[in-house]
Formats: sequence, C-alpha cells, structure tokens
Amino acid sequence: MTEAANLGLVEFEAMLMYDDSMTLQVLEAMAEELGRPLPEVLEDLGTYLVSNPNTEALRRLLRFGGVNYVEFLHSLDDLPDRARLAVSDLSLPSLELDEHAQNEFSLTCHPGLPGFESVMIGVLRAMADDYGALAMLEHSGSRGASKVISITLIETSFAEGRSFDLGATAR
Amino acid sequence: MISQDDLAALLERLCPMFVLLDQSGHVQQVGPTLQKLRPDQPMAGQRFLELFELMRPRSISTMPGLLAVSGAKLHLQFRDEPHTALKGIIVPLPDDAGAVVNLSFGISILDAVRDYALTSADFSGTDLAIELLYLVEAKSAAMEASRTLNLRLQGAMIAAEEQAYTDTLTGLKNRRAMDHILERLTTSSASFALMHLDLDFFKAVNDTLGHAAGDHVLQQVARVMVEETRGDDTVARVGGDEFVLIFNGLQDKVRLDSIASRLITRLEEPIPFQSDVCRISASIGTVQSSQFNTPEPAEVLHAADLALYSAKRSGRACHHFYDRSMSDLMGTSALSKGETQDHT
Repeated sequence: MTEAANLGLVEFEAMLMYDDSMTLQVLEAMAEELGRPLPEVLEDLGTYLVSNPNTEALRRLLRFGGVNYVEFLHSLDDLPDRARLAVSDLSLPSLELDEHAQNEFSLTCHPGLPGFESVMIGVLRAMADDYGALAMLEHSGSRGASKVISITLIETSFAEGRSFDLGATAR
Repeated sequence: MISQDDLAALLERLCPMFVLLDQSGHVQQVGPTLQKLRPDQPMAGQRFLELFELMRPRSISTMPGLLAVSGAKLHLQFRDEPHTALKGIIVPLPDDAGAVVNLSFGISILDAVRDYALTSADFSGTDLAIELLYLVEAKSAAMEASRTLNLRLQGAMIAAEEQAYTDTLTGLKNRRAMDHILERLTTSSASFALMHLDLDFFKAVNDTLGHAAGDHVLQQVARVMVEETRGDDTVARVGGDEFVLIFNGLQDKVRLDSIASRLITRLEEPIPFQSDVCRISASIGTVQSSQFNTPEPAEVLHAADLALYSAKRSGRACHHFYDRSMSDLMGTSALSKGETQDHT
C-alpha cells in the first residue's frame, strides 16, 4: 500500500506525524486497491476501530463516554478534548451534537480533517451495536465548510450489546 | 434543623460513600457505594474505628480524638480483607449530634473498580473517578502504541547499525567497526595484539582473471581468517586487499607468530575459480598493546603498518613484529590516517 502510494517509505506508523497530503495518498491508494469509493472505505475504517479486537482499547475509551448510547452521543462534544488528554498532539476536528427530537440528532463535524465525517459514521454505527442500540446514520450534507451526519435512534435497547466492565483493562 | 433521615437522603445523592456517625462513633447510615464494598456485612451499628483503621494521623482510637482532627485529610483502610485504602474527611454535626465522614478511593481507585466491580453509577456525577480511569486507560493505550513503535524502530536501528559495520562483500567487519573496537580496547586499557595483513599477488588475480575472480578470492580469504581466529577476535576488511585482525588478551609472541604463519600457509593454498586457479599470499605486521604505555588507536595502527612494511621489504609471505627501531622508516602511515594503502 505504501508502495502504491509512492511515499518513498515502507512503514506508515500509527504514532508518528506525517504530512496531511501523505495520509491522503495512503487512503486513496487503499481505496484504489479495494476498488471502492473513499468515503465507504473510511466508514469501514471507523467500524474497524471500534469493533476489531486489535483496537479494543479504543472501544473501551469510547465507552467511557456514557452508560447508554444517548449519553455517549452527548459525550462526542468532548471527544477532541479527550483525545488530546491521551495523545497531546492529536487534534481532532471539533464535533457538535444537536438534539432535534427525542430520537433525532445531528452531529456537525467541523473542518480540519477531510473525510472525518465518514469515519465518524462508521464509529457511531459500530458503537450503536456495542451499546445494543438500533440507529440509522447517514450523511446529510454540508453546513458551510462543516459536514453534518444525521442520527435517528430507533431503539435504545434493541439487542444485548457488549459488556463494559470499568475494572477490566483492554487486553 | 434537618432530620437525620433527610440528611442521609441528601448525602446519598451527593456523596455515595458517606458515613453518618452518632456521638459515640457508631455508624448510623452509610452511602450505597461504601456498603457495596462489604455486601454481606451491614455497616450500620458497628463502631467506625472497628471497621476502619486510621493510618494517618495515627494513634486515634476514640470519637473525640476523631472529631479533634476534623477538616484534616484522613488516610484509612478496611481492617478486613481486601484492605482497600480510602481517603476521608470528618465534619462534626451541630449540637454534638455526631459527625459525617465522606470517603473516597484516591489512588486505590484502579484496584477498587476491579475488586468490587464498580460501575459509573456508583460514583457521584461530580466525582472525577471515571475521568481518572479514562485517563489511565488512554495513557496505557498510547504508551503501548509508543512502545511497539519503539521496538520496531530499535529493530530497524540494530539492522542499520549491523549493515553500517559490515563489509558487504566478505561479511567481515569494516573499517568503521574496527575503529570502534580499537577505540574501546585502548580506552579500557585492555591487552590485545593487532595484525595488519596485506594480500600479495592479489592485484595480479584481479588484472588477469577479472573482478569476479578477485571477489571470490576475497571471500575465501575472509573464510580462512575467520576459521583461524577465535569467536571474540576481530577480523575486519579495511581496504581493497587489506585486513586488520585484533586478538583480545593475546600477547604471546610465539603464539602470534604461529597464527601468522598458519594464516600465510593457508592463504597460499590455491583457490579454484571456474576453470582457473588463483594463487596469492600474504604479508603480516603485528603489534602488541604492551609495546605502548598508553596505546592510542592511531599509534597502534601506525606501528602495525611499519611492521607490515618491514615484512613486505624482506620479500613476500613474511611476518614481522613491530619494534621501535622501525619508527619512521616510511614516514607517515596511510592506514593510521584512515586511508587505504596498496603495498603490492
């Protein structure tokens, strides 16, 4: 993948800083390799981050956001600050949750990281599964330079969900 | 004045680890989270100081003693297992009606959530416990990611260093590696002997049979030298057909001379290459670290060079030891300046 992206380096490391354009090159090479549009690939990336056992630590960190899915959605406003607590030079675009009706929300992803809204759709979908909630998520256009995701909560306790034990540590 | 039950109901919501004490220091009511730590053992009715041991301030065993440290930070632990450590503060109720103690986990929070299977509902909404747990996990995850990155980088660094210190054609150490080793030996005042070996007739092989034959000969030469030395000795290729051998802890001239003679004999064995046979020999100059008061790398190499030069002058296939009379027969040595030198 790094070869296809013509980066001039073999390893793309999670904990190192790269130029934004380089990140985009890797993502585009990935989309090409998979033969699928980039937004779809990014949604899968978001789902992977939450649901794959390799990244269990991240799922746990997100679950700290709330005891149920709605509380979790409200905690998203704090997500960039929480990320910065963990890794001081990791800055995520700010997020803003609006509650339109009891089961209708929208999440505004402010600019700063192109494609971040797609990753968030994947993350939110996987987290709904994690909490056992049934939710519908979709892109609902732009507001200025910001991207908006609409969230419709159909059922809060649709399924059992996965357990979250405060005292357990990720692997 | 608020009734005791109302007070308890209020405390339950604000600080779920409260203890309400009567004048005699007996527990009247406790918060739900505190009671959860001892599910089979109702705390109400027991003497507070029999449930908990006061670690700091020490030697307080009575209710008046407790009230006297009101406002100060108390360090307590359960008297029975698990002895979870708790922090607390005691505040007397008006009219000598007893006291309220508020407890929290402090740094024992990590063990406590595991030991007692606590959930976020067990903490008050203003308690930073959940944020602390979050932070601990976030830092561990970030550290783990950094650690794996460091391991990979370290592996890459070791490989790069190995490569930087290896002569790629022969697999022997290179000039840079030899310089490092010699530097280490001289600064640690270790005893050693150093041989400077130069191939004879190698240029002829290269000229008549080509570079492929030359490379093959160098590889065979390297193999012989590794076979004739011990594992902790150093064999380095420092120039086209020049080698330096360093023998750790070896000073005995008889043994050194026999090693040199054996090296020359084995290097003179014909080396088949395709349909041809290559014949070379070697000249060797040897110096012992004991020949110097405080050996310096450049000085040692220069001395070995002089000995080699002397060996070359007395014909091919000779081995000479360095002695002081050799000094400056040949002016400044090229090898000790870090350049290669062709004696052939």
